[in-house]
Amino acid sequence: MEDLLTGRVHKFGDDINTDYIIAGKYTKTLDFTTLAEHVFEDIAPGFAQRVTPGDIIAAGSNFGCGSSRDQAPIAIKYAGIGAILAKSYSRIFFRNAINQGIPAFLCDTDALQEGDRVIIRLEENRIELPDRGEFLPLTPLSPVMLDILREGGLVEYLKKNGTYVLEG
Amino acid sequence: MGKTAAEKIVSAHVQGDVKAGDYVVADVDLAMIHDTTGPIAIRAFEEYGKEKVWDPSKMVIVLDHATPSPNERISGLHTLLRQFASSQGIRLFDGGEGVCHQLVAEKGLVVPGDLAVGADSHTCTYGALNVFSFGIGSTDMSGVMLTGKLWLRVPSTMKVDFHGAPPPGTYAKDLMLHLIGRIGSAGADYLALSFGGDTVRAMSISERMTLSNMAIECGAKVGLMEADEKTLAYLKGTGGRTPRPVWDDDDAEFASAMEIDVTSLPPQVSCPHSVDAVVPVTEVEGTEISQVYIGTCTNGRLDDLRIAAGILEGRKISPHCRLLVCPPSRKVLMDALAEGLIFKIVEAGGTILPPGCGPCPGTHQGIPGDGERVISTANRNFKGRMGNNKAEIYLASPATCAASALEGKIADPRKFISGAP
Ligand code: SF4
Repeated sequence: MEDLLTGRVHKFGDDINTDYIIAGKYTKTLDFTTLAEHVFEDIAPGFAQRVTPGDIIAAGSNFGCGSSRDQAPIAIKYAGIGAILAKSYSRIFFRNAINQGIPAFLCDTDALQEGDRVIIRLEENRIELPDRGEFLPLTPLSPVMLDILREGGLVEYLKKNGTYVLEG
Repeated sequence: MGKTAAEKIVSAHVQGDVKAGDYVVADVDLAMIHDTTGPIAIRAFEEYGKEKVWDPSKMVIVLDHATPSPNERISGLHTLLRQFASSQGIRLFDGGEGVCHQLVAEKGLVVPGDLAVGADSHTCTYGALNVFSFGIGSTDMSGVMLTGKLWLRVPSTMKVDFHGAPPPGTYAKDLMLHLIGRIGSAGADYLALSFGGDTVRAMSISERMTLSNMAIECGAKVGLMEADEKTLAYLKGTGGRTPRPVWDDDDAEFASAMEIDVTSLPPQVSCPHSVDAVVPVTEVEGTEISQVYIGTCTNGRLDDLRIAAGILEGRKISPHCRLLVCPPSRKVLMDALAEGLIFKIVEAGGTILPPGCGPCPGTHQGIPGDGERVISTANRNFKGRMGNNKAEIYLASPATCAASALEGKIADPRKFISGAP
């Protein structure tokens, strides 16, 4: 994962559950591109077609609540989303997104609007809104999540380390 | 300073002394995958290039979400899971055996004091058996399959004590819906829920499982309960390992504590499309319903079917709606057959589905039509949950669902229960 990510914002509200991200009826497959075709279908029809690779989801609180399905972050990843910003995540989804190597960060997304250009500056723990000259702070990830993300996801992390390595 | 049950169980699985907030790598006693989440976990596991999972005797695979298979694509996934199970020597429950969570409890695959994970969010169900159990994603599960371990942050505990006897017509489901309505769908996010009080102590294991099952609906990681003589009696004869029960110390540090008096709590209904949109049944009484579903890991067990059959007995369901009933395991089905409950349900106009998840995940059976309203004993009513985003789902107890089937409208079950207020 790179320290600098740039993309346009797609705005979502609070409590976006995993059924809304990818409906249960589509989850029984190992063909991940079909998951991407149906991402957010029930609440934002046509979303997949509107995504330019690298775009950013900016959601409210409790993003990804509901089921434990990895198909949810996988659908988001295969749709071309480059990062997720949210006020808070549901616990399981947060892990799953990082495990898929999707940069998922915590920040106050209220100020972000649909279509905003955003630069995530991970090294500086903040995001930049270049068109407005504004910055928003990011809440740092826990060290283990950051390590997994830096390897590109859990599979790569475990291939490298063989097991979990916690600092301290 | 004392410890919470969550801190004690995690401590025992890291061979150390942990407190809430610590990041740890814990040993796993049981890992469960099913036909929706298993294939991705296996795919990811195969990338590690290791032949065998860490310990096949600590894994279980259940085919339940789409069984019998509705199409060749899902049949292929079932085949993949069967082949993996046999090549690894992992125990597999094939279609028709039942819902994963019901089977794990019924077969004694977990015992008090265990740390269990499942690639399914309702793995928190075994909290009712004093098990620190929670759902993880498929990729996290691949890591468990490789290492037998998982990293986690030890959760703080929110204590919820229920007091008093619920009035006739009010059940465990109503208590849990009420709690979720009160604290909201993220009300216990990142926390361990610890259920107690005289109401919980008086409950059967099945009723307790209804509470713990829905812990995730308010964001909790686990929904723990104390192991008592009922827990030990339930697990006796399942051939499970030796229980290691633990409980919260009185002087442990809790994130918060809540007392709920249930003595005058009316039946509750969760309204579309959010589990925490909870109202007393009287507020939505009369809402027309096209389909009623009684089943799932939440609320389809023998006592649930008894309650439903008691209301349906000698009556007929409304010609304007369908009643689908799915026992969550072969054992529940057989017990219900032996007690004559199935006869009563079918005679009233109900349709019995093979043990499994049934219509709950919206994959293969009982998918509602456009604009239809469903009332269900399940745990989730998100838009599209049952396979159609143009349908609406209400959640309620088996009693409220059975009463609603009779009227073709959301009905107050107390009308059909003697002694109810
Ligand atoms: S019955 Fe429903 S909630 Fe329970 S495991 Fe199956 S799909 Fe999930």
